[in-house]
Amino acid sequence: MNAAQAQTSKPLNTIQAVNLALDEAMRTDPNVILLGEDIADEQAGGIVGVTKGLSQKYGTSRVRSTPISEQAIIGAAIGAAIVGMRPVAEIMLMNFTAVAMDMIVNHAAKLRFMSGGQTHVPITIRTMTGAGFGTGGQHADYLEAWFAHTPGIKVVAPSSPADAYGLMLACIFDDDPCLFIENMPTYWNPGPAPQPGVRIPLGRANVLRPGTDVTVVSYSRTVADCVAVAEKLSKEGVSAEVLDLRTISPLDMDTVLQSVAKTRRAVIVHEAVKAFGVGAEIAANINEHLFGQLKAPVGRVGAYFSPVPFAKVLETEFVPTPARIEAALRATLK
Amino acid sequence: MNQPALPSREILVDIYRRMTLIKQNDERFLAVIKAGQIVAPYYSPRGQEAIPSALSVSLTDQDYICTIYRGFHDMLAKGVPVRMLWAEVAGRTTGTCKGKGGPMHITHPQSGVMVTTGIVGSSMPIANGLALAAQIRGEKRVAVAYFGDGASNIGAFHESLNMAAVWKLPVVFVCQNNGYGEHTRYEIATSAARISDRAAGYQIPGITVDGNDPLAMYHVARQAIERARSGEGPTLIEAKTFRFQGHVFGDADSYMLKGEKEAAMARDPVPAYRKWLIEQGHATEASLAKLEEAINAEISAAVEFALSSPVPDISELRRDVFAQEVLS
Repeated sequence: MNAAQAQTSKPLNTIQAVNLALDEAMRTDPNVILLGEDIADEQAGGIVGVTKGLSQKYGTSRVRSTPISEQAIIGAAIGAAIVGMRPVAEIMLMNFTAVAMDMIVNHAAKLRFMSGGQTHVPITIRTMTGAGFGTGGQHADYLEAWFAHTPGIKVVAPSSPADAYGLMLACIFDDDPCLFIENMPTYWNPGPAPQPGVRIPLGRANVLRPGTDVTVVSYSRTVADCVAVAEKLSKEGVSAEVLDLRTISPLDMDTVLQSVAKTRRAVIVHEAVKAFGVGAEIAANINEHLFGQLKAPVGRVGAYFSPVPFAKVLETEFVPTPARIEAALRATLK
Repeated sequence: MNQPALPSREILVDIYRRMTLIKQNDERFLAVIKAGQIVAPYYSPRGQEAIPSALSVSLTDQDYICTIYRGFHDMLAKGVPVRMLWAEVAGRTTGTCKGKGGPMHITHPQSGVMVTTGIVGSSMPIANGLALAAQIRGEKRVAVAYFGDGASNIGAFHESLNMAAVWKLPVVFVCQNNGYGEHTRYEIATSAARISDRAAGYQIPGITVDGNDPLAMYHVARQAIERARSGEGPTLIEAKTFRFQGHVFGDADSYMLKGEKEAAMARDPVPAYRKWLIEQGHATEASLAKLEEAINAEISAAVEFALSSPVPDISELRRDVFAQEVLS
């Protein structure tokens, strides 16, 4: 058993899990390189230490701290990927992807199609986000709907350390560009260890908690709240099935429809603003396929249609709270 | 055109061959569009032939370029097969990109044409990545980023030059300054007297050259490519030129200074270079006429090939979006 395996046998948090996945990928494939602001050890291995130790282990040629130049970071990752490397580019915060949108949307996502399949862009863009730290309107948005609306890029959002590990490995070795969303406020929450080296397939949802009365669809941070609400309602005899999408795009509608065909009720929960969000796409798909079989309108819970606020009282209420998730489930069950 | 250390006769004629291919290709393309045989947006490179022709003779198929929507000259000079270029522009399955990219997204990795972008300023960040891969792998490849004068006012230009300089990437930035960014004259939009002056901000060499002088361009490009290949880092070349057909096909040029285009066309770099080659004894009238005739035949065959090729099947809408087909 090597050091990495020994470490994975005990509970770990998402920072450690992603670090282990990056380590594993770099160890097994010299084409894996890391680019991003502050990621090398001389710069403390990232602002929360996700990449700690990797530049010491693999050198600063493969683990490169970059200038604060998001377009140049993603551009460099794209160029290297076209010729066979598997770069993992960190865009520190999800709001900063806005600075690199041309590179991500017009280039990374489209080059495979526009080149008729001659080139492809196997990059992974790591980014973190999430309300809870009082960072206000430009440091905590969930923007996954922007990317899920773009053909050609996969959007992945793990809900636990073990999933973060397996999904990160899958993204790095996937032949398409992947946007990998890490939730910052729950970074330090420990969870069960992943199986070393095992990838979790992209594009497949995880039935996290089986149930028969209502389907709850979520991803990223809000999955834990959905499970907690489901546990609470189970004491009243309500059996809620919780699906963790894991991958937002391509969307695993098969698993969602299979579940809702059984429960005939659905609620979708995400931290992103509700309007024009991923929940709308899922709800529309459910209606297209199961209209007439539903016992209640599909429910949606998301953030208010507002920038992420600063004041603690506003920030707490802005995101979907367990109380709002519970209320949505109860409304669907009426 | 009296540079020291003339390149070999083969190289001198090779530059002319590439320039002629670009010029003839443009003339035929305009005729075919006007005849309605092909409908496609067209950003003519006519007038800018010498820049990539004189540069590309110092590159190999192993070297990369990223170019832009006005890039047929860059692609042809680098070696994209003429018939595949035409088939792509005609939207046929035999095109470089199976008809799915079109004139603004020609890609042909076999000849090193890795990306053609329709976004001003976006060739540079990706060229850096190509160069980065070569650097990490210890390969001696060079990446060339072509762009226009307008692109030097975009943030990506500055981010790219800085990153390439900090990392000493094997990349050559080639700004083809044709005097206009879309419809706006250079001085109205650009603060620097010369784009090459901007290199000083990144402490890399910046050189302004007459991009219509094949020999001057050859020497400047060769030096920059050798510098990149030997690990010394990037160079910014500003190649001064002029576009003969406005921004896009159908452009009436109403925004141009009076007489400016006529004066530039009177100094057309292709016949000027032809005349020089013959006068200096590097080629004969008969040898060049033969070369031109062969190119003309190659283009005729390419047009025929393109127009007789099949259009894509509708199922292509689902292919190449992801590695595996995803139904939606």
